[in-house]
Amino acid sequence: MSSVAQKKGFGAWLWDWLTTVDHKKIGILYLLGGGFFFVLGGIEAVLIRIQLLHPNSDLISAGLFNQLITMHGTTMIFLAAMPILFGFMNAIMPLQIGARDVAFPFINSLGLWMFIFGGLFLNISWFMGQAPDAGWTSYTSLAITSEGHGVDFYSIGLQIAGGGTLMSGINFLVTIINMRAPGMTYMRMPLFTWTTFIASAMILFAFPPLTIGLFFLTFDRLFGGNFFDHTMGGNTIIWEHIFWIFGHPEVYILILPAFGIFSEIFPTFARKRLFGYTSMVFATVLIGFLGFMVWAHHMFTVGLGSTANAIFAVATMAIAVPTGVKIFNWLLTMWGGSIKVTVPMLYAIAFIPSFVMGGVTGIMQGAAPLDYQLHDSYFIVAHFHYVIVGGVVLGILAATHYWWPKMFGTMLSEGLGKLTFWTFFIGFHMTFLIQHWLGFWGMPRRVFTYMDGQGWNAANYISTVGAFFMSVGVIVLVINIIITTVKNERVGNDPWGDGRTLEWATQSPPVYYNFPQTPLVRGLDTVWIEKSEGNKSGVTPAVPLQDIHMPHGSIIPFLMSFGLFMAGFGAMFRLETSWGLSLLVFGLFWTFVTMSIRSVKDDLGYYVPKEEILRDMKREGGQK
Amino acid sequence: MMKGLKKWRLFTLLTALTIFLAGCGQEEISTLLPAGEVAKDQFNLLLLSSGIMLFVILVVVIIYVIALLRFRRSKLGEDHVPEQVEGSNVLELVWTVIPILLVLLLAVPTVYYTYKLGNVSAMGAVDDDGNAENLVVDVTAKLYWWEFDYPELGVTTAQELVVPMDEKVYFNLIAADVKHSFWIPAVGGKLDNNVENVNKFYLIFEKDSRDLEEGVFFGKCAELCGPSHALMDFKVKTLTRAEFDDWVLAMQATEGATADKASADQGEALFAESCISCHAVSGVGDPAYLGVEHSGAVGPNLTTFGDRNRVAGFMDHDEKSLKEWIKDPQKYKPGNTMPAFDHLSDAELDALAGYLMGLSVEK
Repeated sequence: MSSVAQKKGFGAWLWDWLTTVDHKKIGILYLLGGGFFFVLGGIEAVLIRIQLLHPNSDLISAGLFNQLITMHGTTMIFLAAMPILFGFMNAIMPLQIGARDVAFPFINSLGLWMFIFGGLFLNISWFMGQAPDAGWTSYTSLAITSEGHGVDFYSIGLQIAGGGTLMSGINFLVTIINMRAPGMTYMRMPLFTWTTFIASAMILFAFPPLTIGLFFLTFDRLFGGNFFDHTMGGNTIIWEHIFWIFGHPEVYILILPAFGIFSEIFPTFARKRLFGYTSMVFATVLIGFLGFMVWAHHMFTVGLGSTANAIFAVATMAIAVPTGVKIFNWLLTMWGGSIKVTVPMLYAIAFIPSFVMGGVTGIMQGAAPLDYQLHDSYFIVAHFHYVIVGGVVLGILAATHYWWPKMFGTMLSEGLGKLTFWTFFIGFHMTFLIQHWLGFWGMPRRVFTYMDGQGWNAANYISTVGAFFMSVGVIVLVINIIITTVKNERVGNDPWGDGRTLEWATQSPPVYYNFPQTPLVRGLDTVWIEKSEGNKSGVTPAVPLQDIHMPHGSIIPFLMSFGLFMAGFGAMFRLETSWGLSLLVFGLFWTFVTMSIRSVKDDLGYYVPKEEILRDMKREGGQK
Repeated sequence: MMKGLKKWRLFTLLTALTIFLAGCGQEEISTLLPAGEVAKDQFNLLLLSSGIMLFVILVVVIIYVIALLRFRRSKLGEDHVPEQVEGSNVLELVWTVIPILLVLLLAVPTVYYTYKLGNVSAMGAVDDDGNAENLVVDVTAKLYWWEFDYPELGVTTAQELVVPMDEKVYFNLIAADVKHSFWIPAVGGKLDNNVENVNKFYLIFEKDSRDLEEGVFFGKCAELCGPSHALMDFKVKTLTRAEFDDWVLAMQATEGATADKASADQGEALFAESCISCHAVSGVGDPAYLGVEHSGAVGPNLTTFGDRNRVAGFMDHDEKSLKEWIKDPQKYKPGNTMPAFDHLSDAELDALAGYLMGLSVEK
């Protein structure tokens, strides 16, 4: 095993990627998968906006429109935003704490393949002509009466993908707790690692309710359970609670890593340490905690009663406080710094006003009586796109540019990056700012058409044009990635010049064992400390050069996920086809067998010999 | 002096906000042109919260712009290394305490209005004679239309809610099939029609709908309820109390009205043959009592069809639209439960449309 690219056939190359347990490769696969679904969700979004360009438009039928909105929401949240963030967590977080890999490389790979097969399962629904159509929230009175297999695709697909997410979350938690390099105390961890930590802890608590909810929904629809059927003593509002007990923390699971990304970018390009690091950490923990306490603010109009509404209203508003602390700390990080406006910094700068606008409208909805007007109107659509696009997507785009050289060893074009930024940013505000007013003017959300003469025409037109701008931005990004990859101009360890955290001390892209010697961490922003003390390499080793223990790759995670994928189809077609039941049993059996193989087969990994590491280091030295 | 200045600032901000927010929107449907006390309370909360929020945005943007202008590397020189500041307890305390104060400022009216708007204790109040003191309307949401029962008055209508002005009107909300949400944006915020329990709230209608361009307020379903969710509109007509009482009398007078198969009017005969099993033409039906096994009508009550503003909630109110609708309802409202009557001849459709347009209690 050498890191030198050996001539390999396509088969060997594919096998390598299917069996990899290397956190960096898994990170890249997450980015690929998430990126694919992001484009898919984007196409769905543009179709939605085209349909709403004019009143009384009949380009897209009512049924298809509901499928589009459902799949757009589901895809963007579960199959795009989270996996892409997982990609960065996988690729960067272990480097930031000086680890060789994540704690459970096998489970990491299993999480990835469950996400991919879950995502495929969901999207195959398009080809079967029955995509989910009950909204991404899948409120149950509608979801259990929805005809065809649309909602089954939703419940089973998300069950598979969600299982993967839960495993990854646990994996990141254990990694951060157990695998930090010597000297990397909790209060020296980079903010991105901190937010990964808190987001993972939230996954640990938020995903089980979703799992249970989806389990109930699947049983209601496929096996005649009556959890949500009110005519049989069930209750649909229980689903709403279960969904939002997962769903509200979910938005923080998405936004916290984005906060982490920006907390890395601001210090790097302001050449100044993060202002108020301690308060940033506490704010993150507090947001994580409060995120669980406010789910019912999605249900103010359900009729929970004045007392419940009042309590949840005030609790919701409380989140403004730690979030405000973060915003001001970022501002003060820039204040007195030396700001260089690169593409990642451009996103970070644009993030602040965009996210603040999304945040304050969140507080407005927290005012329950006002929410009676805003809820389920276009104001909500505007609000959560301001938070999720203005926060999470800008964070993802920033991270893409920021860490691309670290992950791939080559730099995305700054010129094209700026073009992406401006078209996307202008398009984003154009699409969503006006939607606040559409909400004020009484337009409900999730409508596939609207009457002429309600005063909504011009605003919808503007909004749709904005969506085209955003698409142009994404297309330019894809072109940028292709050009960069083809050109493949190599960069050094610290291509931005002002890297502060540990990932900038290793090669770009890092060798598969990350660091030749485990680094010694002497403070916050380790690499910055080393560099400012004249250590050009940016790292002090904590141990002498020695053999490195690494895990073997395995195809079992891929096969295991495939078994669940088959079982899903089996469950769905259990009654109407001759093969359904057999496939369900076979798929589960398949999964069980692969699990057993994993359990009984001893795989102790292997050692990378000292000599090979020395050889790699010499070659690296020779390149400089 | 300072105090006066502060007041002046707040006043200007709120005025600017009012103009900014109320600038456009249709009177029939905009939440920014409130037509009743509930909507006004909610609008006031909107003004207050927008004011606070704009203040926050303003502070952030000012700091942000100054930082960006002053601390650019292009100005400071490529080699400038800024001081590595750790943080500041004082500053961090400031931006913790100020948001707490701002949140409190918003939280107090929020809690007050939550209880005020949620108070339906007077709903069942009766006077000395045992008559209900307040008007109560039972709203049943169905795929994709609205049924309005007035249980105390023994009157039922559909698709067009008729209410008296300047008094609290209480609503019982339920859904007959899947979840819906009852929303009249100009008059007040929404409340869900759940399938398993009755939700109660009140609205106050203060503006005369006849002054509106359309003559009615627009009501919407706000919860995704299937393919035709977007088309599940209803209309609201407001009357003075006296006019409302007359309307109720006129509705009550339709008791027992039915279409006659042997009628000389071809439209009525057709209606009696094809439509009467789902659609009543008497406003005194058997109102569905909420909370118990829901009966209710299969299709909208058509007693007031000629008085309405729209066909099927959203199509123009003329015979042409009506005939198209009867011929192929699925084309216009996919997923609704009305069968197509495409076997009717043009002459029969004309007659039927003519009969339906003549159904009126107001003329």
